[in-house]
Amino acid sequence: MTALTGTRRLARLVLRRDRVRLAIWILGTPLLGYALAGSVAGVYPDEAARQGYATTSASSLVARAFNGPIAGTDLGAVVVAETYVTLALIIALLSTFAVARHTRQDEETGRAELLGASVVGRYAPLTAALLVVVAANVLAAALLALAFAGAGLPLAGSVAAAAAVGGVGVAFTAIAAVTAQLSVTSRGANALAAAAVGLAFVLRAAGDVLGEQSADGTRVASAWPSWLSPLGWGNQVRAFEGERWWVLALPVALLVAGVTAAYALAERRDQGAGLVAPRRGPASATARLLSPAGLAWRMQRGTLLGWAVGVAVLGLSMGVAGDEVNAMIEQNPAAAEAINAMGGGANLIDAYLTAMLGLFALTIGAYVVQALLRVRGDESDGVLEAALATAVSRSRWLGTQVLAATVGALALLLLAGLSTGLGYGLVTGDPLGEAAALAGAALLRLPALLVVAGVVTALFGLLPRWSVVLSWTALLVFLLLGQLGAVLELPQAALNLSPYTHVPAVPAVDPAVLPLVLLAGVAAVFLAAGVAAFRHRDVPS
Amino acid sequence: MPVISIDNLVKTFGTIRALDGLDLRVEAGEVHGFLGPNGAGKSTTIRVLLGLLRRDSGTAQVLGADPWRDAVRLHRRLAYVPGDVNLWPNLTGGEAIDLLGELRGGLDRRRRDELLERFDLDPTRKCRTYSKGNRQKVAIVAAFSSGVELYVLDEPTSGLDPLMEAVFQDEVRRIKQAGATVLLSSHVLAEVEALCDRVSIIREGRTVESGSLAELRHLTRTAVTVETARPVTGLETLPGVHDVREVDGRTHLEVEPAHLDELLGQLIRFGVRALTSTPPTLEQLFLRHYGDQHAAGSDQHGADGGRPAEASRAGVR
Repeated sequence: MTALTGTRRLARLVLRRDRVRLAIWILGTPLLGYALAGSVAGVYPDEAARQGYATTSASSLVARAFNGPIAGTDLGAVVVAETYVTLALIIALLSTFAVARHTRQDEETGRAELLGASVVGRYAPLTAALLVVVAANVLAAALLALAFAGAGLPLAGSVAAAAAVGGVGVAFTAIAAVTAQLSVTSRGANALAAAAVGLAFVLRAAGDVLGEQSADGTRVASAWPSWLSPLGWGNQVRAFEGERWWVLALPVALLVAGVTAAYALAERRDQGAGLVAPRRGPASATARLLSPAGLAWRMQRGTLLGWAVGVAVLGLSMGVAGDEVNAMIEQNPAAAEAINAMGGGANLIDAYLTAMLGLFALTIGAYVVQALLRVRGDESDGVLEAALATAVSRSRWLGTQVLAATVGALALLLLAGLSTGLGYGLVTGDPLGEAAALAGAALLRLPALLVVAGVVTALFGLLPRWSVVLSWTALLVFLLLGQLGAVLELPQAALNLSPYTHVPAVPAVDPAVLPLVLLAGVAAVFLAAGVAAFRHRDVPS
Repeated sequence: MPVISIDNLVKTFGTIRALDGLDLRVEAGEVHGFLGPNGAGKSTTIRVLLGLLRRDSGTAQVLGADPWRDAVRLHRRLAYVPGDVNLWPNLTGGEAIDLLGELRGGLDRRRRDELLERFDLDPTRKCRTYSKGNRQKVAIVAAFSSGVELYVLDEPTSGLDPLMEAVFQDEVRRIKQAGATVLLSSHVLAEVEALCDRVSIIREGRTVESGSLAELRHLTRTAVTVETARPVTGLETLPGVHDVREVDGRTHLEVEPAHLDELLGQLIRFGVRALTSTPPTLEQLFLRHYGDQHAAGSDQHGADGGRPAEASRAGVR
């Protein structure tokens, strides 16, 4: 028996367990790519339109930060600019979650022990998971290439662009293989891997913002930080613009390095253990722990702290970058005008800051979903049963979780506004004033987050078994409606489905009270429905 | 008034009828054994009693209240040890005990520390690192230091070693002495025999037997071996006598307890030299109810066959 014995059987097990997820992933990514490519072609049909788009994208630091470096006026280049980051983020997160699910989660639940005692080699579970996830990435990329080509783009560029996306998935598969060795829990492994995705995004954004615009104004050459980011590599392939195929070797190299490192770590640790030995803790609980709220805080604080650090760093850097938007207005009036139009007619810097706050609100939505879905995790783990067998009512238990998630979201929103304002104020000379103004503006996003909390609560009450999948799907739909709704030219009725659509675009426009009240009302209805349904259903179910 | 009273309880999950007209009565101050094969519906019944699951039909009363509607009020008066104890992985055992106790309405610190000592549980370790037995100890310590009226214990000792099993039995006697009522679901028959005043056996969601152990024994045949001066005849026609076999001049048979007297009357006429009579072991009793051959029905307990006892006699007196 070698260390790889049983890999093939385990890979079949992974395929069987994930057949639905994998199918959605492998078919969904190309379908999304196809739809986006088609609509981009419709919005920018001719060279003149694409010339304008490319010039704007190359000049705008915001566009560079979120869409990556534009590579010319080719239709393919525009499609890449509009779709690459979204597709790459989706595939990166899918890959990391899948790896953790089939490695660390199995160890955490003891399934790996059961398998490990049979004729299964030490590396087999990890290898099986990596094989399936890498294969899924390759397959999804192949179909994505067909989708791009099918949408009328040149074949070579289509293949390069799709391979760039697939390469991101492969790179993060490697990173997840390592994080799964480090953390004792799958939650921790996912958090580490997601943090790596976030770091990669920030590095790429920084490199692209610091990059150089070409003489004709339609291209950007990224600065060195982009080369440190697996997300950035995809842009450096330069699909549709004299493809640099050798860049695709980078994710493959990272895969080899990651797998080697993961094997080495797996060799040195015990089954079920991480790299840090478990510590002891207090023999008695402090008074602060001894209530549903105290427990919720205790369970939440680590996650919240991680989010706070991420939000503060991102806010400060986005705020500091805001000053460059000012500089750009002076240099490039035409581009400024274009962005101005996109930002809803307000002045450019306000449009930029509004876009940043909107992005934060979406991201913090993920915190709300993650925090609230803990209740479902507790239910599946059997912890909820023990808790509800005590003298705590179901409505109090669930209400406390909602409250904790809301307070966390409020704190993160405040922090987002403060740090962005502080960053922007530090370079423009009024740190406190800007921080206060943007903190206020950020708080206006709270009702939208309450709706997110309401949706998750309602799903938990009414459709507990589907609540995890459907909650994340709902947030993804909100994200897609917000980020891609305009590109896809969706009707307003569809855009209205997202609570984020209804948030007044402060500071770009003046605040309006009515939509906020309506959002809060919708949230209250969802929350009430969720709590009522939870009170009347079986636990566990 | 009984502490737990269930009549004709039905609970379905989709097409599966987990409880199919179950009855259960637990009187105040008794330790009531709750037995049945895996999947018989014990944990489902307990979850209905805790107001975690909603019954489809039938009645259920706990301490005179409706377990679904009055769940929170009832939970102040009862403590629960789940069959499969899961805890917050990042809390220590001590913190989990305090939390469960406090959520129930407070716990006796002195008892808690005493129980930690008796069960030899290290409260400073994270729940994530506990074995199954240690997680069970956490739930047991939290329950037994609460001083409530009713204890609902779902296979509480399935992960404990024999030493801890003895401590557990001590503690159950102690809470019984204090006047509390205990519903104890268990597969450890020695534990049931040592602790329980009455038992209920359920099978496929229905109660098939309920009563004191003595009463239950009475419903099952006694094995008799007799050596006589002259060959015994006429046994087959006696009422309640089964499985008569002659081996090496000795007669082996089984007899229903109600017909023991007539059997002895017959035997005496052949000159009894030696006679042993073995009452059914608890294990035989349960095997009869758990076993598949019983699927025909539950109202002919006295008539159908018990399993050969030789293999299963160990461990039960």
